[in-house]
Amino acid sequence: MAGWPILSLTTFLPLLGAAFIFLLRGDAETVARNSRNVALWTSTITLVLSLFIWFSFDPTNPGFQLVEKHEWIPDYNINYYVGIDGISFWFVLLSTYLTVICVIASWDGIKFRVRECMIAFLVLETAMIGTFCALDFFVFYMFFEGSLIPMFMIVGIWGGPRRIYATFKFFLYSLFGSVLTLVGILTMYFITGTADIPTIMGFDFPREVEMWLWLSVAAAFAIKVPIWPFHTWLPDTHVEAPTIGSVDLAGVLLKIGCYGLIRFILPIMPEATEFFAPLMFAFCLIGVVYCSLICLVQDDMKRMIAYSSIPHMAIAVIGIFCVTQESIQGAIMVMLSHGFVSGALFLCVGVVYERTHTRDMRYLGGVVHRMPVFAFVLMVLTLSALALPGTGGFVGEFMILFGAFKVNTWVATIANLGTILCAAYMLTLYRRVMYGELERDDIKSLVDLDARELVMFVPMVLIVLWMGIYPSSFLDVTRASSASLVKNYHAALDKAHGSKSAAVE
Amino acid sequence: MSALFPLFGAAIPEIILAIAGVGLILLGVFREQDGARLVSHLTVVVLVLVGILVVGEGHDRQMVFNGMFQTDAFAVFVKVLVIVGAALSIMLSLGYLQIEKMDRFEFPILILFATLGMMMMISANDLISLFVGMELQGLSLYVLAAFHRENARSSEAGLKYFVLGALSTGLMLYGISLVYGFAGTTNFDNLKTMVVPADFHKIGILIGLVFVLAGAAFKVAAVPFHMWTPDVYEGAPTPVTSFFAGAAKISAIGVLVRILCEPFLQFTSDWTQIVIAMSLGSVVIGSFAAIRQTNIKRLLAYSSIAHTGYGMIGLAAGNAQGARGMLIYLAIYVVMNAGAFAVVLGMRRQGMLVENVSDLAGFAKSHPLLAAAMALFMLSMAGIPPSPGFFGKLYVFMAAVEVRLYVVVVPALLASVVGAYYYLNIIKVMYFDKPDPNQQALDVMENDSIAWVLVCSTLFVLLFNFFPAALVSKADVAARALFMG
Repeated sequence: MAGWPILSLTTFLPLLGAAFIFLLRGDAETVARNSRNVALWTSTITLVLSLFIWFSFDPTNPGFQLVEKHEWIPDYNINYYVGIDGISFWFVLLSTYLTVICVIASWDGIKFRVRECMIAFLVLETAMIGTFCALDFFVFYMFFEGSLIPMFMIVGIWGGPRRIYATFKFFLYSLFGSVLTLVGILTMYFITGTADIPTIMGFDFPREVEMWLWLSVAAAFAIKVPIWPFHTWLPDTHVEAPTIGSVDLAGVLLKIGCYGLIRFILPIMPEATEFFAPLMFAFCLIGVVYCSLICLVQDDMKRMIAYSSIPHMAIAVIGIFCVTQESIQGAIMVMLSHGFVSGALFLCVGVVYERTHTRDMRYLGGVVHRMPVFAFVLMVLTLSALALPGTGGFVGEFMILFGAFKVNTWVATIANLGTILCAAYMLTLYRRVMYGELERDDIKSLVDLDARELVMFVPMVLIVLWMGIYPSSFLDVTRASSASLVKNYHAALDKAHGSKSAAVE
Repeated sequence: MSALFPLFGAAIPEIILAIAGVGLILLGVFREQDGARLVSHLTVVVLVLVGILVVGEGHDRQMVFNGMFQTDAFAVFVKVLVIVGAALSIMLSLGYLQIEKMDRFEFPILILFATLGMMMMISANDLISLFVGMELQGLSLYVLAAFHRENARSSEAGLKYFVLGALSTGLMLYGISLVYGFAGTTNFDNLKTMVVPADFHKIGILIGLVFVLAGAAFKVAAVPFHMWTPDVYEGAPTPVTSFFAGAAKISAIGVLVRILCEPFLQFTSDWTQIVIAMSLGSVVIGSFAAIRQTNIKRLLAYSSIAHTGYGMIGLAAGNAQGARGMLIYLAIYVVMNAGAFAVVLGMRRQGMLVENVSDLAGFAKSHPLLAAAMALFMLSMAGIPPSPGFFGKLYVFMAAVEVRLYVVVVPALLASVVGAYYYLNIIKVMYFDKPDPNQQALDVMENDSIAWVLVCSTLFVLLFNFFPAALVSKADVAARALFMG
């Protein structure tokens, strides 16, 4: 496969599939069936292509690989420039994998306007992959913003009763952060004369400028993660979104926020990062405790899982701002594990909701008697969410806390509280749904997972266990890149401090 | 061509257009039946031919009529946009005029003469010739706004536009006389190179400049001279509205740029303040006022005010990069605008034109292709990447950031989030809302010329990102011509 533009192929193949679905003709039922099939094939081929990336990827190389660069708008020195390194690598695979899962899950989940739904998901896949691969700021921004449009449609068309409010809130909130980021991007572009991300990473901005840049660029990512107090769009959007919309939202879109922090904030603005890190720690710790407490009192399963994303991502952000080798790798691990686990948990909610038409835990109970296989799946996912050793969540959170402890003991201690609270609410969820008396008739008539659902869940469970039992296959890929990131960060800080102390003398 | 007629040289396209206009009037008078249709088609042909001639003029600066009239790369670029906008509007009008029983041959001819006036004012190299062009354009537009004679709203629109337009013309003329009085010349080149002593002469010229700016701002519908826009856009026949929002607006912005960047270049630090205030005001008022609109034409009117504001941010930067960004913005805008109006014109219910946003409910279900095209135009107008509308905004903001105009950039970008709301609202109505069961489903007018406009503009919006360099480099040449020397 050497010499093939494999990243571009992976990025744009779903778009091609979407165009193909758009052109399908026939009566409603044929179109629905064909668009499902086309979407499934397209996303599967994309997944296979992304596995080829894995084979051609050299984990010992800390730089960008599989790079493609073409002139796009020469007058402005803007290029179509893509490539991946150890930090972005896993997220490309996460996106391609979750899209396949979403398409499979849509078989029963989406009952009307199937064609539009499949188009939206494939376009979203292109936007997600493109965001992780982009190495030019304008290309990045295009994909980053472009992902809003399909998500807007997904929540707005197939969502719950308050979908209009939720989707507008999601879109406008995200757009608000993005336009602030655009100001920062334009400023960097003019100071450095290029939008080339690797070049800008090596550029040393004046401290004053860096502070403003940090505020503007972090705006979009803080909203996307979301970091408390910018999180209010998340529960609304998740609750109203259809199951598969939540899977992509929690699985990949939130990761774009953290990815942006690692990719742009740390290497480009080290001094400002050091300055603002305590603020971020404070926000994240409040988020961890406050949102965990909110989770404890939820009756709606989906709302609880939606809120539980905030503490998990907050712990990842703490890992990012500790900037040690372990904590960065741990953050990537938490993001990955959360991507799989929360995606799968939303699918579980979907499984329950499709059968009982309720997500309210007060009406559920005793499901384990009718759905033992499902109970096992949910058990593995619950344990992984609360970071039990042997699951991916543990590896990541342990590494983050390990790194955080070296930087600030208090941060590590309070963040640990999040893990305990997480165990509390996740186990409560499990108990309320699975155990208890079998009372309601509709729960008595439940049937266990069918073949299609097993196809979705079995790989999920295996991946989660794989991440916990043999994390090296995941950590090896991220090691070189995060090591060089941390090294450059501290070198830049030392240089800045050195020049300041020299000025004082 | 100019070798054959050296006396007229660069003005040949305009002269041909004028002669063709007179010829078409005669043709229209003598053809009793189907005159409107034939004249419309011929007008489009004439406009295309003139457009080719304009492009053939090349990028070098040429002067005729003792320095009253010039062409350069900038004039060519803006004229091509104006001609495209005019031709699209005529094509949009074809089916509409027939259905509304107003298919009179004067309609395309009035558009033709308005276009002629626009081309003249873009090419003007003297305040007097500028004024003559502006009047020719203005008078044609007044009549066009009131073209639907039986309709009270259309007559009201025409009258309102005329009264306010006459006032603004008066202001402009007063400004021109002040400039002449204090500078002793109305020629652009002389004004540009003149040495102005920093005493009352400068103040006098500045006051004149403010009056000229006010007149021009009325034509572009920039805040605070925007009040007429919603009423006139709503009342005028829809193809005319598309002409107002497209060609007329672009020519007026072209003139504004020409005036500020050529004769009054040495006052840049003075006029940028005015332009900053106007652009920011337009963006904010255009974005906020559109939220409550239920009529789609009124909504597009406010949206066009906001777009004027975004374009003028490029001008506020006061350099060639800004002018380039603005030209790209205008070029993208003219196509999006034509596309959006094509959809509005195509929708009918029981033979009546549909003008309310809420009537679009369920449009995505009944007409998926048209709804997808409309959604595309709305996203592009909102400036959501990767649509071309985003790149238009990007280039403008780039220029503004380059000169550290954060005071403008940040509020304007935040206003664009507000603007995104009402564009998304149209998508929401089309895709998310259920149609009113008591009402008949929407029809779509079967019309080839509207379909053509729609297909072309959709293709432009879809494919722009693959070949942005072509437009960018053309705009670059045009903008440089403006700031030469």
